Amino acid sequence: MKRSPSRRRVGVVAAAAALALVAAACGSSGSKGSGSGTSNTASAPGITKSQILIGSHQPLTGVAAPGYSDIAPAANAYFEYVDHHGGVYGRKITYHYLDDAYDPAKTVSVVHQLVLQNNVYAIFNGLGTPTHLAVVKFLNSEKVPDVFVASGCDCWNNPSAYPQTFGWQLDYIREGKILGAYIKQHFAGKKIGYFYQNDEFGQDGVKGLDMEIPHSQVVSRQSYDPTNINIAPQVAALKAAGAQVVVSFSIPDFTALLKLISLKLSFSPQLVVSNVGADPTTLAGLLEAFAKKGGATVNGNQLTQGIITDGYLPSLGEAGNSWISLFKKIHATYDAKAPLDGNVLYGMAAAYTFVQAMLKAGRNPTRADLVSAINRGLPQGPAIAPYAYSSSDHDGITGAYVGVIKNGIIVPKGPVMTTDTSPSGAVTTFSGAEQAAPASGIPSP
Amino acid sequence: MTLLRHLGAAIVLAVILGLLSVALNAFRDYQMAQVALYAVAIAGLTVLVGLSGQISIGNGAFMAVGAYAAALLLMHLAWPLAAVLAASAAIAALAGLAVGVAAARLRGPYLAGVTLMLAVALPSLATRFTGVFGGDQGLAVNISTPPAFLGTNFPLTRWQAWISCAAALIVLVLLANLGRSRIGRSWRAVRDDETAAALAGLNVAALRVLAFVVSAACAGLAGALLGITTTLVSPGSFTVTLSITLLAGAVLGGLGSLAGAVWGSLIIVLVPTYVTDVATSHGLSSSVAANIPIAAYGVVLIAVILLFPDGIQGLVRRLLGPAVPVGKRRENGPVSTPRRPAPASEHSEEGAP
Repeated sequence: MKRSPSRRRVGVVAAAAALALVAAACGSSGSKGSGSGTSNTASAPGITKSQILIGSHQPLTGVAAPGYSDIAPAANAYFEYVDHHGGVYGRKITYHYLDDAYDPAKTVSVVHQLVLQNNVYAIFNGLGTPTHLAVVKFLNSEKVPDVFVASGCDCWNNPSAYPQTFGWQLDYIREGKILGAYIKQHFAGKKIGYFYQNDEFGQDGVKGLDMEIPHSQVVSRQSYDPTNINIAPQVAALKAAGAQVVVSFSIPDFTALLKLISLKLSFSPQLVVSNVGADPTTLAGLLEAFAKKGGATVNGNQLTQGIITDGYLPSLGEAGNSWISLFKKIHATYDAKAPLDGNVLYGMAAAYTFVQAMLKAGRNPTRADLVSAINRGLPQGPAIAPYAYSSSDHDGITGAYVGVIKNGIIVPKGPVMTTDTSPSGAVTTFSGAEQAAPASGIPSP
Repeated sequence: MTLLRHLGAAIVLAVILGLLSVALNAFRDYQMAQVALYAVAIAGLTVLVGLSGQISIGNGAFMAVGAYAAALLLMHLAWPLAAVLAASAAIAALAGLAVGVAAARLRGPYLAGVTLMLAVALPSLATRFTGVFGGDQGLAVNISTPPAFLGTNFPLTRWQAWISCAAALIVLVLLANLGRSRIGRSWRAVRDDETAAALAGLNVAALRVLAFVVSAACAGLAGALLGITTTLVSPGSFTVTLSITLLAGAVLGGLGSLAGAVWGSLIIVLVPTYVTDVATSHGLSSSVAANIPIAAYGVVLIAVILLFPDGIQGLVRRLLGPAVPVGKRRENGPVSTPRRPAPASEHSEEGAP
């Protein structure tokens, strides 16, 4: 009795499903070029005579977008600058970055699209620890160069399991060690409290701190989950333990909350905050916004005054620095809509490193050529310390200076310190000099 | 007989999908796997909402349960894939039973509230018990490689598409038969008028709980498939947004209709990718292009609701409708006029793909 309508619907649905999938199949396939006539050839997927196509996953929308969504456009601005000044061996860099909204499942989708559909040559500066962890195995099994991941997780440095993957920014273990060594030296005998994000970021940072700071000095260890903004119990515990110095491995929102709740509890320890959570512009803005929500008015720059932090790129406040003036110039021409802050600096510096690596990989590089070029090491670029890159080490920047925030600017307080990620490796003063930016703004091959 | 017919249709579809997967490139195969797995989740939800008349904004959480179950089983016990998928569905069904029992007393917005709470709270368990669930970074799922007899160069994404499509077809056949069985008819009776159903001797509470269990099992299976295709399960994949997306997919496709579940899944998987491609190829600035898929999604949702309140399947049916005699169409539909406007009640007989 129900047969005829049902049979009909079965047919309709089958046809519809087939049609829809066929329609999906009609999308474009990746660009392929063939080189002849010039010395440039289409030497690898994503590389044509005139173009290098690279991809990335970035949080352009969603929770992680504020601030971080400025990184990829800044990198793209640097690539445009290079394109307008001759490109890389005459090739233009096309940077195709897609939004993953900081959702690992979406990261997998967009990276599959970039690699399998768009045929990118490499994935550059993929942002985020949980997001990038979702694709690192895939990229390595497909032998796609996975360069300069935008996360300080030490997990990218695993050349035997992930030969294609390279970190870039100072990793959190090294950062913890450098801050820890500074604290050991300058706050000897003081009671120290930890405040850290309960994930790889905070835990790696604490690992580094513990390698330097004597355990007897640490009176309280408080962690927070980024999904729970009620950190009053943690701050109260730090106060109760009598911490005189609080080291914070936190993202900017939680640095601001820590500062405001401490004020409320009239608890005023010396704050030492990791680079990620201490961008003065971002922090001042957040402090004012949060205070306003609570019905108070504060001066953000006044509250950030005196916070100790570290930096691995030149400070935006150094007007005479050749890198800062180069990046300011490029920012004004190609990316003027975004505010010039630490994120812009970060994106451009990472893009500069990519151009360094591409030039070293040769005129007609395969994917393996790029990886082996980085494995042979890269000369120091915008960063204030050298890269660790070698065939057995895929960490990036190896050092930082410790600085203090004064009037919204990080003022370096000591020399550049470098170290490794092992418990025994010493934190030493970097004897090399900072490199000046090339006059052309483009690295030489 | 119904069973045989559904099986026959599934076999035909399986052949078509198999041929398609060979014809498509690796990325399209990956999307095919995504469409299939979301179809499973939405099919489960559409049965719950469209047939039993309950709402859930928490099916993303059941997906998380299934995904974590699959990841843990593969990691610690290394079970074969089919067993892992079945077990994940079963574990999610148990979670669904617990929620269903609690929720059987709740109606409308209160039920929505409880399931919403589930969607918000459950994923944060992963960060609470970092040792077991791997915290924010989640757990890596061992890649299930294609069996050796398919050849060494068999594309992984095609294998994933096969797994997902096979699972989806099995689920759709089972749900289609369930929808046409005594249970399906009872669900419709409960949805249309609880008091009348109870007076007719139906165990209303048990039926409502059963719908939750079925829906959760589907979500759990979909979650396990998501874990296997993306090779990672992490709390960031199972936010409230996912639950709402599933509900939107069910509404877009046509509530209560399994075919509608497939339509909804096609939309939520393909529209964002397609729109992003179009937006970036037209040289829009990244901050604009990034937000266009969200806007387009909203526009599609509003347009479908305004123009085809029965969803896409409703439209399809209307276009093909006149060929089916009206009397026949209504034969196993609701007998009486529903007291309150139940979603998609007019086409509630649609249960078969």
